[in-house]
Order: sequence, then C-alpha cells, then structure tokens
Amino acid sequence: MNVMDTRATSAMLYLDGVHVSFDGFHAINNLSLTLEPGEMRAIIGPNGAGKTTMMDIITGKTRPDEGTVLFDGVTDLTRLDETRIAELGIGRKFQKPTVFESQTVQDNLLLALNVDHSVRGTLFWRGSRAESEQIDKVLETIRLTDARNRLAGSLSHGQKQWLEIGMLLAQDPKLLLVDEPVAGMTDVETHLTAELLKEINKTHTVMVVEHDMTFVRELGVKVTCLHEGTVLAEGTIDQVSSNERVIEVYLGR
Amino acid sequence: MTPHMLTRSLDRGATIFLAVVAACGILIPLSNLLLPAGSFLQVPTYLVALWGKYVCYAILALSIDLIWGYCGILSLGHGAFFALGGYAMGMYLMRQIGSRGVYGNPILPDFMVFLNYSKLPWYWYGFDMFWFAALMVLIVPGLLAFCFGWLAFRSRVTGVYLSIITQAMTYALLLAFFRNDFGFGGNNGMTDFKDILGFNVQAEGTRAALFALSCVALIAGFLICRAIVSSKLGKVLIAVRDAESRTRFLGYRVESYKLFVFTVSACMAGVAGALYVPQVGIINPSEFAPGNSIEAVIWVAVGGRGTLVGAALGAVVVNYAKTFFTSGMLAPYWLFMLGAMFILVTLLLPKGIVGTFNAWWDQSKEKRTAATIASAAAEDGVTEPKMAE
Repeated sequence: MNVMDTRATSAMLYLDGVHVSFDGFHAINNLSLTLEPGEMRAIIGPNGAGKTTMMDIITGKTRPDEGTVLFDGVTDLTRLDETRIAELGIGRKFQKPTVFESQTVQDNLLLALNVDHSVRGTLFWRGSRAESEQIDKVLETIRLTDARNRLAGSLSHGQKQWLEIGMLLAQDPKLLLVDEPVAGMTDVETHLTAELLKEINKTHTVMVVEHDMTFVRELGVKVTCLHEGTVLAEGTIDQVSSNERVIEVYLGR
Repeated sequence: MTPHMLTRSLDRGATIFLAVVAACGILIPLSNLLLPAGSFLQVPTYLVALWGKYVCYAILALSIDLIWGYCGILSLGHGAFFALGGYAMGMYLMRQIGSRGVYGNPILPDFMVFLNYSKLPWYWYGFDMFWFAALMVLIVPGLLAFCFGWLAFRSRVTGVYLSIITQAMTYALLLAFFRNDFGFGGNNGMTDFKDILGFNVQAEGTRAALFALSCVALIAGFLICRAIVSSKLGKVLIAVRDAESRTRFLGYRVESYKLFVFTVSACMAGVAGALYVPQVGIINPSEFAPGNSIEAVIWVAVGGRGTLVGAALGAVVVNYAKTFFTSGMLAPYWLFMLGAMFILVTLLLPKGIVGTFNAWWDQSKEKRTAATIASAAAEDGVTEPKMAE
C-alpha cells in the first residue's frame, strides 16, 4: 500500500481493522471508523467499550497490534509519538480534566498556543500582540476572562473542563478529540458546552466521547456506538438509540 | 540571555537574597583582610573557609532546586556532578604542585610516582592549564548528565525509578574513583595543593578571593536559574512537573526540556564542586557517596522546594546546624538530627522555610487588600446618606 504520494482517503481520520490487546484482553477488536473533514461525531458505548483506548491510539499513546490509522488521508499515525501527532494537528481533552493547576488560566492557554515548541524557542520567547489577542479571544469563548489571573487549580470542575477545551482552541488543531466534556457539569453548563462545541465545529473536525444522552441529542450529529472494541451501530441518534443491540448492551430497556 | 530576561520579575525575596549575598561577598573578605586579627568585627580565616564551603553547597542546592523544584526530576546523584567538577579542579591543582611534591617529580603527581606510573595518563593532559581545567569543570559533568539524561528521559524513566538510577550512577562512580588504577588517586584522592593561578591556596588573600568568587558564582547561578524559570521555558518545566503527559499532548518534546535543564543543572553543580575543592583543600571519592547527594536534597526540602532562594538558604541553615552540632558532645547523633529535621519539615513545613513564608505573606497581603476594600466601602457608606438627602 502506497500512502505516501497519494491520498488514500479523503477522510480526516480513517481507522481500518484496528486491533489492540492488553495481556490477552481485546480492548479494540477490528475497529473501523471514518471521520470526514468538518464533521462532528459523537461516540457512545458502555464502560470498557474501548472509547478511551481508541483515543489513545489516535494520539500515539498506545500502538495498535494491527490495522491502519490514517490522519488527513496521508499520515500513518501508528508510527508517530504523542508530540509529533500533536504537532500535526490533533488535540485531545482528557476524561478527567487535566489542566496545569499551579499556573494561571492565562498561562495554561499560553502553553497551549500552537507556536514554536522548541527548547530554544521557549527560552527566548517574547510575547507578541497576536498571541495575547488570541488568548483574549479564547478566554472570551470559554467565559473565563475574569478568571484569567487565577490559578487553574482554584477553578470549579466545570470551569476546568472549559479551560481544557480552551486549551484545545488555543492549540487550534485540525482534529479535536474530546473525552467526556460534560462529566460533572450542571444542566446549564452542559447546555453551554453543547453550544460551545457546535461553535467550534464550524471550523474544526471534532470527535466527542460522552455518556450523557441528553447532551448527545443536543449536539444533533452522527453517533457511533462502540461495544467490546468494535462498532455496534452508527447513524442518527434516533436510529442508534432504537437499535435492538444498543438498547441491550448500553441504554438498557 | 537578554538583560530583559535577567531583570524580569525580580521580586522582593530575590532582591533581598542578591543584596545579602553581594554584601557577604564584599564585606567578609574585606573584614578578614583589613581589620586587625582579634578585633571584634574581624572574620577569622577559618570562618571564611567554612562559609565559602556553605556558599558552594548553596550553588549545589540551587542546581538541585532547578530540576527538582521546577521540573520534578528528583536526582539523588547530584553529588556526582559536584564531585566531578571538584576532581577537574583537583587535577589542575595537583599539576600546579610540580616538583614541590614529596617525590619531586616535575610531571607526575605523588600518587602516580608511588603507584609506579611511568608517564602521565592521557586523560591528565591539559590539566596544567587553568582554562582547560575550568572548561572541564563544565564539560565533564555536563557531558555525563547529557548522556545519562538522553538515555533516561528518552526511555521515559521517571519518578522513583529515575531517583534510583541516579543513586546507582553516583555509587558506581564512587567505586570507580576508589580504585588506584583508575588514575585519580584512589581512596586518598588529591590533596596538599600548593597554588592556584600562581597564588598560594593557603594564603589569607587567596581564601578571601575564593570566598568572594564563590559569592559571585552563587549570584550568577541564581540569575541563570531565575532567567530559566521565569521564561516561557520555565512554564513548560512546571507543566512537565505537574502533568507530563498533558504537556506531550500539547506538542512539547518533554525529553528535550528535561535534558536541557538537567545538563544546565549538572554544569552548575560542577562549578560548585570546583570552587569547593581549593577552599577545603582536598577531594576524595567520599564526595561521591550516595548519602551526600541525599543530604543535598534535604537542604532543598528544608529551605523550600521550587523557590530558588529557599534552596540556597536551606543549604546554609542545615550546614550551619551540622557544623554546630558535630563539633560538640552531640556529634554522634547528627545523622539522627538530620533525619528528624527532614521528617519534621516534611510534616510541619511541607513547603519548606521560604515556601511557608511566601504562603503566609501572600495570605496576609490578601487580607490587607480585603481590609482596604472594606474600609473604602465603609467610607462610601458614610457618604451614602448625604446622597439620599
């Protein structure tokens, strides 16, 4: 297969026949999934379905035993490490909000900006107007302008979730992987997060893993249900939630 | 480094620290040399040498704080870099002895004559020149740290595992330097130094100059660390310390950052060792002892990890206590006291002396600000009825 000189696919993200096992446990089993540029996809599925493992594979944290993972039609992600994949333009929000707690909200965003990440570049870094304007814009989007000088560790759980989404925005990746963005949020916050993601989706390709079905319904996008490391069902939220197997293993009767 | 980076955010603590070190570096040598011996204000020469030793320890502590306090790399083998810098300086001092040694050999140091060396080993070449030795003081520890770090950080060895292999590294060097055929004087090490750059190492003037130079090195080391931690690179280091894998997913090559700061830190430790050796007059393999490295980490913990000033202060405080207690009847119990000090600091002052003080200061500042706002509000309250009229 020659993927280096021609685009093998028009998809932003293309997974085909991916397998991963940990000590004999098949976490991902013949997983195939395609994400078109500009698409937003919601991933649902019971615990242990392989949602987080799939994100680990895409971001280079875990190497698959076999299968193809292509980004932007040309890049084989299975050969690259986390740093390289982040540089290519894949951003990730973790399931448990992971921000730099001992630094200010503003510095968290500054660190996330998609600028020179080399040792020399950061040692001799001088802030620019463009950078601070970008940070201001992100702060406004995630509604944390007033908290910009607070330590990230002092934020509420929901605010941390937003800050992490803000860090993704500052990173400005082509593809955003968002793992459980509304876990632990109030209804109002959940609603605002859905609005925020829809706004982000206007300019970015997004993959969202979420358990909150109300939230998934609000997003109104194509849904993929994973089970035991493979795709169980795919389609609109109504199609998927009326699927017999999905009801059996995930939604419950 | 630009002047802008050096002066950026020199807060009150840093300013006081620099002023105190500069004052000591000027006044102590002057008092030692100019005032008559026995005068109340005269600092005796033995104290100049002792405090010079503390200043070198403070530089070592700074270098540990840079990697441990800011990047979360707990090196329990930093004494190795200190000792290597010391050995490089010791080799220069040995070659300066020349034919004044016991055996009178103009080229070979005494221990080589004693061990029947016929010629100087190749790795001793160049150490008769000060500039070469000074370069080696930086290069040898720096190169070891670079190679060690390259292997360890690329393989993502972190946390307690990294600490253990740094201990193994210094222990391996301890064993190697103990061997007579290793060519560095075996267990006796190097001593009986005569002069440095043509000045007698025992002379009061030389000792005073070495003390002043150590203070200059401490100030320079502090400013370098300060420039590093207050740059954007410093923010990345803290990010690595607090959430390493998150930093990777943002597109930072974490191992490069660790390698950079680890190497800089090792070079600093080497300079500290090089200044230490002429002041104490001896370097031997016991400087590689794992216990020394652990003790240096305790200084940083006591003073306040991640504060720079605290690391230097901790080194001086703990070593002053060590001098005080090991010279009296409590001497046999010093190690117990050191252990107790570490446990007490961990339990009662987990942020160390300076860290705790900073937290208290910030808190009281917040209270003062709140009080100002409250009183301003109260004044508004007084004017309100007037407005109602």
